[in-house]
Amino acid sequence: MESSHADKNAVFRRTRGRLDRIGDPALKAVTFAAAAFAVTVLGLITYELVRGSRLAFHRFGLGFLTSQAWDTIHNQFGALSLIFGTVVTAVLAIVIATPLAIAIALFLTELAPKPVRALLGALVEMLAAIPSVVLGLWGILVLGPFVQNQLEPFLGSTLGFLPFFRGPHYTSGILTAVLILTIMVVPIVASVTRELFATVPVELREGALALGATRWEMVRGVLLPAARPGILAAVALGFGRAVGEAIAVSMVIGSQVGIHWSLFAFGDTLASRIAGQYEGASTNLQISSLVYLAAILLVISLAVNIGAQLLIRPIDRRPRRQRIALDRALETQGMSAD
Amino acid sequence: MTEPAFSLRTSGRLRRRQLVSRMMGALAFGAALLAVAVLAIVVISVANRGASALSLDFFTKNQAQGFNPSGGGILFAIVGTGVIVGIATLIALPLGVLVAIYISELAPPRLARVARLALDITNGIPTIVIGIFVFTLIVAAHGQSALAGSLALAIIMVPLIARATEEVLLLVPSAQREASLALGVSRWRTTFSVIVPSAMGGVLTGTTLAIARAAGETAPLLFLTSLGASSYADANPLHPLQSMTFAIFIYAEQADPAFQAKAWATAFTLMCFVLVTSLAAKLAMARYRKKLEG
Repeated sequence: MESSHADKNAVFRRTRGRLDRIGDPALKAVTFAAAAFAVTVLGLITYELVRGSRLAFHRFGLGFLTSQAWDTIHNQFGALSLIFGTVVTAVLAIVIATPLAIAIALFLTELAPKPVRALLGALVEMLAAIPSVVLGLWGILVLGPFVQNQLEPFLGSTLGFLPFFRGPHYTSGILTAVLILTIMVVPIVASVTRELFATVPVELREGALALGATRWEMVRGVLLPAARPGILAAVALGFGRAVGEAIAVSMVIGSQVGIHWSLFAFGDTLASRIAGQYEGASTNLQISSLVYLAAILLVISLAVNIGAQLLIRPIDRRPRRQRIALDRALETQGMSAD
Repeated sequence: MTEPAFSLRTSGRLRRRQLVSRMMGALAFGAALLAVAVLAIVVISVANRGASALSLDFFTKNQAQGFNPSGGGILFAIVGTGVIVGIATLIALPLGVLVAIYISELAPPRLARVARLALDITNGIPTIVIGIFVFTLIVAAHGQSALAGSLALAIIMVPLIARATEEVLLLVPSAQREASLALGVSRWRTTFSVIVPSAMGGVLTGTTLAIARAAGETAPLLFLTSLGASSYADANPLHPLQSMTFAIFIYAEQADPAFQAKAWATAFTLMCFVLVTSLAAKLAMARYRKKLEG
């Protein structure tokens, strides 16, 4: 080890001048090229999707967005029912997932005994690591029968007066897809929210408690308001994830076009329709229509993600600076913020 | 955090407030319990159904002739996933690390912000869209190949690797960096002999997480490396190759319970790989971060 270090140093000394003259600019150029490439990929994706969907765009125009057809025989394609299915499943999933995720984050930061916090947090994050095809398989063969035999009859008998809970019961359908998406979204929102809660300064919490607030009043009065923009961003990220999920949804949603108000009915989303057509399209127009769907999906996910980034950026900086300042202040007094 | 010690005896309104607080606590506990229970139910039901179909043959044999449900294994899918993910890693690792070096060490702040934003946005693009992108870019003209699948996975992995690497590069104490520069060592040598080595642990764990994520992806592979893939172990990246995720997807759709058993067994294998590697990587990352932060 020692001698190899010495050898290396000798080589360094001999070659230093020559290599250093090109080394720095070369490093800068190569890393810049890599970064430029990473940025270019985004533009390239947009360009390719526009190019690929041109045929369908010329044929259907923006009417593609308002047509419900997906008829491979007559070559009529439209995205309306898919957009509907995407929005309904993603919105319902996020509506169920958000309170759950916030509650989990609260439990993990405020209530759980310190030793189990890290373990529980890791378990919740593991839920996000399960491959979507595995969750889809579980969705059709385990969750589906439960939805068909227990959940849907129960919902039908208690809430059946609403149009959303009527119709025959199947293992697959919008409800099963919503539940699968909820399982995927909860860990994402929960882990971001947990980090947000952790950045709220300790004095604020302790101040509220010292003033006699109960723990819940402290959460409602201090933690939630401080973390609100961040939670919104986390929800947007979760929504983006739910919108883009293709495989698990295509396995459990029933893959039928048409707009149905009942959650028990079959449906389809943009992403799962694309996934379902992998075995090959019969015409160029159909391929182009699939690319059109992908372009719509790209627009939705860009809007959601950029929105989330804009929400995160400003607060991302503020609390970190606060926390660093707080850390320093406490360190000088021989304490640590953690 | 400890609750303040009230010397007052609780009564009336205060008691009601504390009741509300306790109830909310119970609800939060219930939510956490529910999440852990769902994880347990998924893992246990996959393990239950998958483990019984596992055997040595399952890992060392290929699909039986003529898509026969009985016998045979998934060697072809394991090899396919290995090749596709392996090539994707070979592309994404150097690219991701270089991007991270640029962002954290060399770029002017404004360019760094642009690159960071681009990475985060790419990370948010649905993977099926990336699959369609590579399809129109390459596959539409040149046909399916494992290489096309690798390219799509690489696009998914670069932001993950770059952001993880950037995070640990920022953790490298600036004293190390400054000491090296103060000794007259040039910037690039400082980068490769001081900064990158002390960030290496973070780079590796970040890459491991990205590999776990890529191995579990199905959507981007559907249009790129699925049709006409042989059910024999093949390692030629120019052929369309099967993957474990695609095998689960296909087996799951068959009505024959023997195929469903194969789907469970493949899912169990994949899930074990993904959960164990990502958990190990996360533990390593936590330990490593603690070490760097001191």
